[in-house]
Amino acid sequence: MNKAIVINKMDSVATSITDIEAGSTVHVKSGSEITVKVRQSIPFGHKFALGKIEEGDSVIKYGEVIGRATQTIEKGDHVHVHNVESMRGRGDLE
Amino acid sequence: MSQHGKSSKFLGYERPDGSIGIRNHVAVIPTVNCANEVARKIENQTEGTVAILHECGCEVTSQLEIPTRTLVGIGRNPNVAAVLLVSLGCETIDCETLVEEIGKSKKPVELIRIQDLGGTIKTVEKGVRIVQEMVQNSSQEERKLCDVDSLIVATKCGGSDLTSGLAANPAVGVTSDRIVERGGTVFIAETPELMGAEHILAKRAVNKQVAKRIFEIIDYWEQRAKDEGERFHLITSGNIQGGLTTIEEKSLGAVYKAGSSPVQGVIEYAETPSEKGLFIMNTTGDDINSDTGMLGGGAQILLFTTGRGTPVGSPIAPVLKITGNPRTFEKMKDNMDINAGTIIDGKETIEAVGQRIFDEILEVASGKQTKSEVLGHKEFAIFRERGHAY
Repeated sequence: MNKAIVINKMDSVATSITDIEAGSTVHVKSGSEITVKVRQSIPFGHKFALGKIEEGDSVIKYGEVIGRATQTIEKGDHVHVHNVESMRGRGDLE
Repeated sequence: MSQHGKSSKFLGYERPDGSIGIRNHVAVIPTVNCANEVARKIENQTEGTVAILHECGCEVTSQLEIPTRTLVGIGRNPNVAAVLLVSLGCETIDCETLVEEIGKSKKPVELIRIQDLGGTIKTVEKGVRIVQEMVQNSSQEERKLCDVDSLIVATKCGGSDLTSGLAANPAVGVTSDRIVERGGTVFIAETPELMGAEHILAKRAVNKQVAKRIFEIIDYWEQRAKDEGERFHLITSGNIQGGLTTIEEKSLGAVYKAGSSPVQGVIEYAETPSEKGLFIMNTTGDDINSDTGMLGGGAQILLFTTGRGTPVGSPIAPVLKITGNPRTFEKMKDNMDINAGTIIDGKETIEAVGQRIFDEILEVASGKQTKSEVLGHKEFAIFRERGHAY
């Protein structure tokens, strides 16, 4: 069974479908097969980076923008609210 | 495979206005929250009745539009065979309008007033006698073979996690396409939870006006969210724990429920569309509020996807609970009707689960009870402009 899913080949993140331990090597299919060594533990349903994402860059899932990196994200990093922010409906930015 | 599984037919109740019910409720509807307890007592003393308890009915005139349209819509819903309205007698909502508008569906409608009849005991007595006759009459209705094109299927997600967008919502999208292809109607709602995915729906709009309206309703809710002054106003702590990072991610997963059909139009809360096909109903993202809006718009059945699990049901419609999370299916088996977690486990395709949901709709439409129905879940709330959650 696959440990993680990439929904669209444009995506910069994969979604884990099991709990993945830090340091594990995961093979995911995204057009071609990508091998990623995850740098932190990734709980079921959470995301990790398929490659380096620079601070300020869009994060892509479903082939669409799901937010912006608030810091540089390395390949294999856990991608979540600590390093990605929404660009919509943000009352704290007004 | 069931006897109906390979067809698009089910056994439903034909109403006098030609609409098709899949349940045969006698609804006891308080016109104002002051009449809730009397309505509940009438329900308690009779079989085959359901009280539709709510918190509205005495708003200022400018706030009465939604409660009025909703109560009319619930009364007219084809799952309801007959209606008893229970009024206090001094509320602001116009009870005569409710009688008249529900009456346009040609089903039996009666109105009783607590202040006229002289209090709780006398009103309950009168109400019980009225619904006794309504139940006896409606119990003589027989189910007949109906086509799926008579169904309005509401879609909804709540308690979302990452599996909602990966499995349950895409499977419901397959089901939605099947319904629309066969001439039926599908609602997607929860406007705030389409934020970040509006361009996908707008591209599928049947004309420019519909596309423009889609962007307008999203703008409205986005401004409201900004007014709250918080970063995480549009996603919950549970969503975040489940792996959802932003509203864009949640919306892009949610929009799968709408399948791939053209968007025929945008309708307001509890509005019934005049045509068939896929419609966006402009509602809040709050679960029970948006469920009520879609049932008020005439939906006979609700497909509810939930990654984390929720028990909610409805007083007048079967709610099919679908989870894409295999762990949730095991943990909350008592509340979950469909396991779409087989997609995550690699045991079934999205297409196959979508077909399974379609087949289950026909079974449930023909009378099979959903788990929320058997457990008596009747959650109900009418959207109020003020004092609600997203």
